[in-house]
Amino acid sequence: MPDDKSDRSPWNWLLLVPIAIPLMPFLFNSDEPRLLGFPLFYWLQIAFIALGVATTTLVYQMTKRRRQR
Amino acid sequence: MSEHLTEIIVFAALFLVVSGMGFVAARWRRPADLASLNEWGLGGRSFGPWITWFLIGGDLYTAYTFVAVPALLFGAGAAGFFAVPYTVITYPIVFLIMIRLWSVSHVHSLVTPADFVRVRFGSPTLALLVAITGIVATMPYIALQLIGIEAVLKTMGVAGSGFLSDLPLIIAFVILAAYTYQSGLRAPALIAFVKDVLIYLVILVAIIYIPARLGGWSQIFGDAAAKFQATPAPNDGILLNSNNQLQYVTLALGSALALFLYPHSVTGVLASRNRDVIKRNMSALPAYSLLLALIALLGYMAISAGIKPIGTDVNTVVPQLFDKLFPDWFAGIAFAAVGIGALVPAAIMSIAAANLFTRNIYREYINRNPTDAQEAGVSKVTSLVVKIGAVLFILLIDPQFSIDLQLIGGVIILQTLPSVAIGLFTRWFHKSGLIAGWVAGMGAGILMLYNVANPATKHEHFGGSAFPLAKLGLDTKMTIYAGFLALAVNLIVAVLGTLLFRALKVADGPDGTAPEHYTADEGDPRIKDLKLSGST
Repeated sequence: MPDDKSDRSPWNWLLLVPIAIPLMPFLFNSDEPRLLGFPLFYWLQIAFIALGVATTTLVYQMTKRRRQR
Repeated sequence: MSEHLTEIIVFAALFLVVSGMGFVAARWRRPADLASLNEWGLGGRSFGPWITWFLIGGDLYTAYTFVAVPALLFGAGAAGFFAVPYTVITYPIVFLIMIRLWSVSHVHSLVTPADFVRVRFGSPTLALLVAITGIVATMPYIALQLIGIEAVLKTMGVAGSGFLSDLPLIIAFVILAAYTYQSGLRAPALIAFVKDVLIYLVILVAIIYIPARLGGWSQIFGDAAAKFQATPAPNDGILLNSNNQLQYVTLALGSALALFLYPHSVTGVLASRNRDVIKRNMSALPAYSLLLALIALLGYMAISAGIKPIGTDVNTVVPQLFDKLFPDWFAGIAFAAVGIGALVPAAIMSIAAANLFTRNIYREYINRNPTDAQEAGVSKVTSLVVKIGAVLFILLIDPQFSIDLQLIGGVIILQTLPSVAIGLFTRWFHKSGLIAGWVAGMGAGILMLYNVANPATKHEHFGGSAFPLAKLGLDTKMTIYAGFLALAVNLIVAVLGTLLFRALKVADGPDGTAPEHYTADEGDPRIKDLKLSGST
């Protein structure tokens, strides 16, 4: 099979970042610093949504199949 | 009842408009013939990025989620916020998995996850186990959608006890059943637009208007912290403590892995037009996660506003909050959003469960060579049966039972991960090893859930999914998600079983797929060739 049909790409490893980071409570399990009245626990986990979107978008763009011929 | 009149009128009007759309949906993107599972059950596998976004969003973020997640925060605090990391990590996890499932399903015209297992491992037994797991896990989920509607009806004062008071709920579901029967997956796909517009509208207003009335976010978090401080329960609070962090993380991870194993998620994914649509949606769907995070915080707003649940039904706190703080007409819109929000997933789930029955039980054991029309006919009738079952469940049995079953559902659907998700990447496992792993994982999962007590609801068994590690003889107060441990047992047994069956030279099933089937895309010239030589 030609390589361009494969799902394999080093960019895929990036997807581990938004999987691993939200699973580390020591990063966000705290009240301070607050943002707009939100404790860190809440605003940082909401910010992880943006991290997830950024990563999947980047990986998508970098692994998009080029139309052949 | 009269004090809720405006709400009831707005609710009923929106509900009727949407039901009309459900019936018209049969003519939307009209196919030559609706009488096949491809058309009725998967919308012709033709949905583009926008429809898919609304459809999967409407499918995964259900009415029950909108009612139950804030109820969790209302009751327990930070632990309930697991829904946010859960829906963040699920998309990167399934990014690569679901596109492979889409491709192989496209090549082999597969409709359900159990269809895939059947082709991949050549084992009707394993496929049957996957199908049954899917149906059992989905049924209580449908019933829970009713709980979402019921919470709204209760708040409007039109539901209580006795048969007559259940009538509104029954009418809602009869309408749902009728248009799903007629229009198939096109109905929820079309309704999902309205549902999401309403939900986004309501939540945007809620997160601006309610905190302003309650004195700001600091006030809201302060009130919530004060409430949890005053309760004797050790594991509540607006932050996690050292004992429930492991549970938080494993529950988020386990739920994320389970999400796309549910048959209704697979249905939504397979209905999309090509791989690109799925990949783009993995970046676009988290918009709903943001919505979910804001909805979750409604639980704290309810605390701050001094809301008390109706009776012991904590699911009524969000409708109560809307009722108390919104003007009547807007509360009516908010209630309609929840009610319609229940219809979309309930329709997709019943279609998914019906497809499992048709493809993996009827076709495998009753009629081996059905026509397309017969398959669609069986699925349509089964979708009715499934919904009647769900209504009876709620009306005749304590709703708490559905909640318990749903909890079990998440744990058992995870047990199909080795066959379905890992099966998409490797054929290393022996089919009998996977069966052994499934049996062990199911047994372990149910045994653990049985042993979880919940003093708050006076449940001795099935009191939650947080399994105390102390029960395994460990000297700790930490808890872990039962499904996660069960999956570990499953995987260990599947690996050992595979090695054992290989050593004993037990015959393995044939693999009907080839590596290139997992990367095929729409318009790929090879799809046609592959189809001719495909095994099903």
